[in-house]
Amino acid sequence: MNLDSKTPAGPLADKWNNHKAKLRLVNPANRRKYHVIVVGSGLAGSAAAASFAEMGYEVSCFCYQDSPRRAHSIAAQGGINAAKNYQNDGDSVRRLFQDTIKGGDYRAREANVYRLAQVSTSIIDQCVAQGVPFAREYGGLLANRSFGGAQVSRTFYARGQTGQQLLIGAYSALSRQIGLGTVKMYTRHEMLDLVLVDGKAKGIVTRDLVTGAVESWSSDVVVVCTGGYGNVFYLSTNAQGCNVTATFRAHRRGAGFANPCYTQIHPTCIPVHGEDQSKLTLMSESLRNDGRVWVPKNKVDCAKPASEVPEEARDYFLERKYPSYGNLAPRDIASRAAKEVCDEGRGVGQLVDGKRLGVYLDFSAAIKRLGEAEVRARYGNLFDMYENITGENAYKQPMRIFPAVHYTMGGLWVDYNLQSNIPGLFVGGEANFSDHGANRLGASALMQGLADGYFVLPYTVTDYLAGEKSGSRPSKDAPEFKAVTKDVNDRVAKLLSINGTKSPRYYHKALGKITWEKCGMARDKAGLEGAIRDLQALRDDFWKNVKVVGSGDALAPELERAGRVADFLDFGIMMCLDALTREESCGGHFRTEFQDAGEAKRDDAQYAHAAVWEWTGEGQLPARHVEPLVYEETQLSTRSYK
Amino acid sequence: MVQDNGKEESLALKLRVWRQRRGQPGAFEEHALAAVPTSASFLEMMDMLNEQLIKAGKDTFAFDHDCREGICGMCSMTINGMPHGPIPGVTTCQLHMRNFRDGETITVEPWRARAFPVLKDLAVDRSGFDKVIQSGGFITVRTGSAPEANNIPVPKPIADEAMDAAECIGCGACVASCKNGSAMLFVGAKINHLNILPQGQAERDRRTLAMVKTMDEAGFGNCTNYGECQAHCPKSITLDVIAKLNRDYLRARVKEFFSSTGKPSKGGD
Repeated sequence: MNLDSKTPAGPLADKWNNHKAKLRLVNPANRRKYHVIVVGSGLAGSAAAASFAEMGYEVSCFCYQDSPRRAHSIAAQGGINAAKNYQNDGDSVRRLFQDTIKGGDYRAREANVYRLAQVSTSIIDQCVAQGVPFAREYGGLLANRSFGGAQVSRTFYARGQTGQQLLIGAYSALSRQIGLGTVKMYTRHEMLDLVLVDGKAKGIVTRDLVTGAVESWSSDVVVVCTGGYGNVFYLSTNAQGCNVTATFRAHRRGAGFANPCYTQIHPTCIPVHGEDQSKLTLMSESLRNDGRVWVPKNKVDCAKPASEVPEEARDYFLERKYPSYGNLAPRDIASRAAKEVCDEGRGVGQLVDGKRLGVYLDFSAAIKRLGEAEVRARYGNLFDMYENITGENAYKQPMRIFPAVHYTMGGLWVDYNLQSNIPGLFVGGEANFSDHGANRLGASALMQGLADGYFVLPYTVTDYLAGEKSGSRPSKDAPEFKAVTKDVNDRVAKLLSINGTKSPRYYHKALGKITWEKCGMARDKAGLEGAIRDLQALRDDFWKNVKVVGSGDALAPELERAGRVADFLDFGIMMCLDALTREESCGGHFRTEFQDAGEAKRDDAQYAHAAVWEWTGEGQLPARHVEPLVYEETQLSTRSYK
Repeated sequence: MVQDNGKEESLALKLRVWRQRRGQPGAFEEHALAAVPTSASFLEMMDMLNEQLIKAGKDTFAFDHDCREGICGMCSMTINGMPHGPIPGVTTCQLHMRNFRDGETITVEPWRARAFPVLKDLAVDRSGFDKVIQSGGFITVRTGSAPEANNIPVPKPIADEAMDAAECIGCGACVASCKNGSAMLFVGAKINHLNILPQGQAERDRRTLAMVKTMDEAGFGNCTNYGECQAHCPKSITLDVIAKLNRDYLRARVKEFFSSTGKPSKGGD
């Protein structure tokens, strides 16, 4: 497997500019002769599709939702980072880069992260011009806040709906192009396979979710921006439809999948309340700016209402363990600390399966300091949402929170140009692996999605197309397209024909139980080995006993779920294998065997690399390859937030 | 809610749910569901119903849903005659079963509007909304051409007002609740978001005219000031956005009438 990162030479600060100057161009008159397929319409996909169309390419964009505006980027609450230094508090591109690479526990590619920090400032310019209503000061200029453990205020935000507003900005740019006829938008279409011709990505096969029609599409290049795989855990903060299918299907066609074990557990979610729960809801991390996290010091107090636990009997464990960052400790660290106190039996809230899995996030001090009106102004919509879901008023009693799966740092392997090891297959946003290492900092996902879509892919995809002869793309009648279309039809037919006894949701839940328990916040060798065996057995059972109701020629949500769960089962095995073979702890990947008194213990000598997995065939375990991570200007150190 | 004895409160429900295939007439089906936890969301209750149907070998009810946290705008059910159900300011996915009574009969229907044809059961086609946005719901700014962000000061009250309007999630409850099937609240929200910002001035008139024209062509009805849209909007968008839409539309038409070309003026003011 060719894993040349193609990182340009020269000092970090100059790499992207030097590289851009060398990238090839396509004559404007020739651009319309190239067909670009973009899969996914979140921040990365919408931004890329709109930008390609503005440049003059013929673009087709696909999404499974009923409108591109609904992609799950929309749910990001807190904000977007950019090194504008508007607050004059010492921020710079270099510092944003350092924070991001340190936050990722030195498992990201240095040059990609530096570029991300560099283009971050252009993103804010672009979004403001589009009319994104960012928070403002009374003077009319942009407001910022400190977010997710950063020591500077570099986060731009639009109330608690930053993702929504940024996505609507990108969606409006995309919509303009759809209106102009330069982008053909295919909603309610799911990419079910990738078509390779002579080793290059030349198209995709989709299923129209409304009519059931399976169709193939030929193009000169395929750009996949289909998000992350958090739903492999069944319960997560992801939308119900988020899935690994597009990236996993590309993986099965030869694309390397990098670091699948890097998953982010977000510390501030509403705890699980019962068996029939379908989704975990995130409470924005911004709440930790003013909320204090605690549990009772003594187990006997855990069943009492919070108001009956006196101040001296409370353990503000984040403030105690990490005095300099306190309640703002990075996500992986805050999550693990919450798990630890709950494992000790000091969790709060209702018993689920005999355990209390929750910690308090208490605003009483903030209400005393700022007044209820100010707290309402800052977090009102989040408090309302909390009350809707739990029936509890967080102005009167502390919120209960617990970590939940939120974001996945792993993804398809890409080089510096965001091109996978399959020529012509580019990957943007959460779907790729490159920028967040083993842990993502708050307010960095929106930054990366838009950076890839607006300011990286338009350059690098153009460079690729400059090397492809215009008009050379294959016809949809080519045998490669027919073969892949047949594979997809066969698979759909098979899912519908098994007619077993258990629903796709049954398997999804069973899968999530295994992955969350064995490959969640803490992992160990025996657990992971067991998980791989259990998942293999579950996969075999799925293909014998799944029952998919509905028909192939109409909206069939069970068929959609079955296909996604089938891919998640194979993917889950790879994720556990990746966690098993990475014998160190780093960022969100915590192997209990490798720790220093509860803190992640990295092994830079052995594991300063990206692990890249190659598909080896149905029922086989994938093969592991590595891309060494070369740090030219970064000193690897142990993360300390104490 | 968990009771003192550790058991979760639950409800037995009768459900009347709309069943329809695309292009064919539909009808209600009746189903009973026992032991729905009050802590479940409305969509989790629908999941339970669908799992029960799968066990019985029957087709499930198709319904639109995605984020299940009230922001994507995909969920769309008319519950007991009310889009998104009985609680103001809440989407279907954020409606929880503690708001219903044991033994209650709940009627679940799709959005009912001429411009939103039923695709299957409870799922409808809302692409008319996208068409309206495609015709003018944007500020033209090519990637890379934006000026430095702080070169465009926006007074805080204006930014806040734009944000109020921009909270619209495009779910279509306004259309579904309106006896005319009008999309004025949706279009008004977008017009208010973009037309009051300094960045949006250059295209203000042409945006307004184009969006209203497309709205009419997409089959949405007119506004007759019943205010049902405001009552059912999960994001509490208020009727004044419609007043401002009418004002901007009138302004653009008058300017168009008096301009020498008969086309909307190029400038903002």
